[in-house]
Order: sequence, then C-alpha cells, then structure tokens
Amino acid sequence: MDPFTRHRGIVATLDRVNVDTDQIIPKQFLKRIERTGFEDCLFFDWRFRPDGSLNEDFELNAPRYRGASILLARANFGCGSSREHAPWALKDYGFRVIVAPSFADIFYNNCFKNGMLPIKLSEEQVDELFSRAKQTDGYALLVDLVEQKISDEEGLELKFEVEPFRRHSLLEGLDDIGVTLQHEDKIRAFEERRR
Amino acid sequence: MPQTLFEKIWNSHVVHEEVGKPAILYVDCHLVHEVTSPQAFDGMRIAGRKVRRPELAVATMDHNVPTWSRSLPIKDEISLKQITTLEQNCREFGITLYGLDSPNQGIVHVIGPELGKTQPGMTIVCGDSHTSTHGAFGALAFGIGTSEVEHVLATQCLLQSRPKTFQINVEGTLPRGVTAKDLILYIIRTIGTAGATGYVVEYSGETIRALSMEQRMTVCNMSIEAGARAGMIAPDETTFAYLEGRQFVPKGKAFDDAVARWRGLPGDPGATFDRQITFDVTSLAPQVSWGTSPGMVADVTDRIIDPETLESENDRKAARRALEYMDLRPGTPVEEIRIDRVFIGSCTNSRIEDLRQAADIVKGKTVAAEVNAMVVPGSQQVKLQAEKEGLDRVFTRAGFEWRESGCSMCLGMNPDILSPGERCASTSNRNFEGRQGAGGRTHLVSPAMAAAAAIAGHFVDIRNWD
Repeated sequence: MDPFTRHRGIVATLDRVNVDTDQIIPKQFLKRIERTGFEDCLFFDWRFRPDGSLNEDFELNAPRYRGASILLARANFGCGSSREHAPWALKDYGFRVIVAPSFADIFYNNCFKNGMLPIKLSEEQVDELFSRAKQTDGYALLVDLVEQKISDEEGLELKFEVEPFRRHSLLEGLDDIGVTLQHEDKIRAFEERRR
Repeated sequence: MPQTLFEKIWNSHVVHEEVGKPAILYVDCHLVHEVTSPQAFDGMRIAGRKVRRPELAVATMDHNVPTWSRSLPIKDEISLKQITTLEQNCREFGITLYGLDSPNQGIVHVIGPELGKTQPGMTIVCGDSHTSTHGAFGALAFGIGTSEVEHVLATQCLLQSRPKTFQINVEGTLPRGVTAKDLILYIIRTIGTAGATGYVVEYSGETIRALSMEQRMTVCNMSIEAGARAGMIAPDETTFAYLEGRQFVPKGKAFDDAVARWRGLPGDPGATFDRQITFDVTSLAPQVSWGTSPGMVADVTDRIIDPETLESENDRKAARRALEYMDLRPGTPVEEIRIDRVFIGSCTNSRIEDLRQAADIVKGKTVAAEVNAMVVPGSQQVKLQAEKEGLDRVFTRAGFEWRESGCSMCLGMNPDILSPGERCASTSNRNFEGRQGAGGRTHLVSPAMAAAAAIAGHFVDIRNWD
C-alpha cells in the first residue's frame, strides 16, 4: 500500500447526511471481479441522468470541484453495505481524504485498508469548512497526518484524532496481513490450545 | 469481574493484544459469497498465500443469482463470470461451496444457521454487513470489507479494536400482528441510523426471550441499520432446540457437552454495559418506512411527516429530499399509499416462519390487479419446506410469483429490480434511493404487512385483518 503522510488538495462538498454505500457505488457495478476501474461508477445515479448525460444539479459535477481530492461530507457517511467497492470508487475518482462529523464503522475501516484517510471533526468544524468551501472557488486544504492537523491558506488550523495504529499503518504504508503474520507463532499456539 | 456475553466471546478469541493496538482476534467461521470475495482471492494469488484454515470457511452464491428456474442459463455475462470465478476460487483454495445446483444453496445468512454452521460463542465474519444476523445465536458476528476477507483467508484472524457495549432491553408482549421486524424498525427509528455506531448491541428482556430463533435473526440482522458493529442475543433453550440435529451441530453426547458450554455464555449478573436503553412494546403498531433511510419509519396508522416539524436543518433537508424521491406528501395517511410491487424475501425475512406468516394472510385471497408480487425463499431448504407445507400453492393461487432462492430484489443485483417510479412493499432491510432498482421506491415492512399490502393494493393495519 502507498504510504500517506501529507496531502494537499481541492475540497469538494457533498451536503447530505447518511450518504450510504449504495449511493457511493450502485449494485450493478459490484459484479466486476477487479479491484480498480470504478471511477465512472462513483455516485452513478446522482452524477448521471437516466439518459446517461451529466446531471449538472449534482454538486460534485460543478466545474469548480474538478480535480478535487478531498471530500467534505455530512454525518454517518458510508452507512449501509460493507462493499469495499465504495472506497475503491472514491479512490479511483481521485479522493484521498474524506472529512465528516461521523462515519459508518465498516466504511471507515475499509478506507484505511486502501490508503485513504477518513477524518472525523465536530459538526461545528465541518459546518465551518462547508462555509469556506462554498465561498472560495478552488478552496484547498493541507492534510498532515504526521502532525494530525488540517489547514487552509487563510490560517484555519484544525487538529484531528486518529487511532495510533491506523496512523502508523498509513504513514508506513503497511500491509495488515504481513503485520498479523509476524504473530504466526501466537496464532498457532492459540489453535493448539483449542484443539 | 462479571462479564457480558460479548466480553466472554471477545476475551476467549484474542490471540494477541498490545496496548495501543487492535487485538488479533481469531475467527471461527468465515462465510464467503461471490460479490465481495474475488478481489480477496486475487490478492492471495498475487502474494502466493494459501488459505490458512479452508475448513473454517464455507461459500455460496446468493447476491447476483437469477431467481427464475435453475435450468435456465444466466444471461448476464458479468454475473456469470463472478459466479464461475467463485467456483474456481473455491476449487483452487479448497473451500466448500454450495453452488447453484446444491440443495444447501441460499442466502449466506439463511444457510449458516440452517446448516448449523452458526453456533453460540463463535466469532463469525463475512464480507457482508448483514452478518450481524448470526448474533441471534449468541455469536459475535459482523460484516467486513474485501481486504479483511483476504486477511481472514490468509491468517484466520482479524485486527479489531474493541467495540463498546450497548444493551437494548425490550419488555412487554408484542400485540397480535406485530412482529420482530416492527420491533427492530421501531428501535432504529428511535435511536437513529447511527445510534449504535461503535457499539456491539446485546438485545435482552422478556420480549426478546419470547421470540423464536427466526424472529431473533430478523432483529439482529438489522442491527447494522442502526450502525451497530454487531447485534447479539444470549443463547437459551430456544437456541439449543433450534440447533439440535442440524448438519454441522455436534450430535449425541458431544451436543450435550456443547450445550453445557453454551449455558455459560450469557452475561454474568452485575456485568455492565457502556450504554443501556429499555423499550416497552406493549402498544407497538406495525411499522412502515416512508423515506430513504431505515430510520425514516412511521406507524401504519400515522400520516406522512411534515419535514418542517423536524428540529435540525440537516434532518429537514434529508426528509424533504426523501419525500421528493418517494413522491409522498406530508399529511398523507400511510394506509392510503398505493403500491405497485411486493417483495417477500431477503436475509431479513425469507425464512420458513416469515413465509408462513405471509401465507396466513394471503390464504384464499387474490393479489390486487395492479400489483406484481413475488416470494423469494431464502434458501433451497426453505423453498423445499414451504413446498411440503403447500405454501407455494397458497402464494401462486393468490397471484404471487414463487421463485428460486437468493438475495434477489433486496439489492437488485440480479434481474429482479424495480422500474423507475415503482413503489414496493418490501420485507428487506434497506430503503436507500435506488436500492431495489434505479428510481424505485421502497417501503420496509414485515412479511405479514407486505402480504396484506399485496392483497389490498395499499398498506393496511394488519391488526384489523380477518
């Protein structure tokens, strides 16, 4: 996995609560057996009209958000299905960071497995970021996982929390399976004990 | 120190733990299906890894399989590829597969318990959020992503941070016609779709104790819709009676020994939870979801909510958007909502008791002319049992379609989908936008409520059904 240390990017907003993984990537795209190539599937039913044309009313389609790599979202982002296709699609589209007041557990966990950083901030902090992102075209944030803070060019600086192990894994780009297999002797001992 | 059910299972499965790191937790049973596994098996091949304990995994295909006759070919080439990929992967890595021609095929969360793979005290995982279903047996069961599926295949373990505990205590006798589905919809409606995020929920109390195993599975199944990591219910005589004699459950003296062990699983007196709440269901009404999130639920006797009465701007926005998507107006009585389709099925409500409840309502009646209704049994075993009891004929005589087993229209990965604008009374678990088909409108209800809606053409209060 590629390490994640610092990331600077344009912020796109998605001003809806409870965005579920069925919206992030609808089921018809889950039939594929590959792990990449999901960029055109992201938010498919919102981004495109039934005739296949771009839905100009959907905020992510706004020209100002082109090239965005940080998604600013609302509470309970990623609820519903456990499909890891959701973070895959977000990543393939170009997102590396998602900022929201809260995330669903499985989605939150799946992000870290793919070198993406989900950041939890308070409702007030997220409101503030929404208002800044809506005011300034090309609003960008610098996300620093080393220092655990995000900042903008207008002097805003916010600290965020992330579990030390998850932070370490992202910073080093560690493979979880490799980490667990270092404890092979303990797994074997556990199995012996239960025989 | 007194321990809860969850703590007993967690503590007995920790392989290794260091301060500030997630525990390495051992997995007793890994359920595998066609949609969330191909990339995991690919990863195993790329890394040159073997499945550590193939005998602790079991696979089936359920999500994208057609529910028409098994003798017909699968027309969707991408679906077919996913199915044949699972067959190849199971062969290559030595995992038992209940394929399309197996009498044990079915929705993974229906066949696990049915075969006795699911047992009290186990840790059970699957690349599917509704793995919480298996918690009904006093197991710790939860959904995982594909990277974690690969992790379990390779190590038989998972890295897990210890969740918090939440006791939901339910008291009172459920009124006639009001079911476990109504109970869990009411709980989600009350605590919210993120109400249990970060927690493992244990359901307890006299109402839960009185539920059958199948009803308990319905409750635990939808724990994820409240955000819970898992839902669980302490095992008791009802659990043991359900398990005895099932294919993978120990027999004879070994069964007695297992039961003796399982009796030690319920929480100790004085064990504490991080959070507790009590519900009284004595006057609970049948529940109907009206929006696009499983917390947007009303009593069948209610009128559609006015979004402007909600407290937060985010909730008002979400409700306005949901009503627009659902094409509903504030003030409309729920019972006046007319439907186009009925789906009885899914890992929430497709077991034999669910079908019996629905058949009781349907018997001798006819599906409303404008309604298209289908029953999709959860497994081949459920289908066979229902046919032995003549339930298939009750349904088909009334005008329902009777299908082969699978996830079907719960998520519409197979050909069973709603057309844009169609409104469905569904016994499934999610009413998200487009879940059952792009532009489709889902109302979550119990099997009896769905059956009654099929006959009447609109929602009816099942408590007054004759």
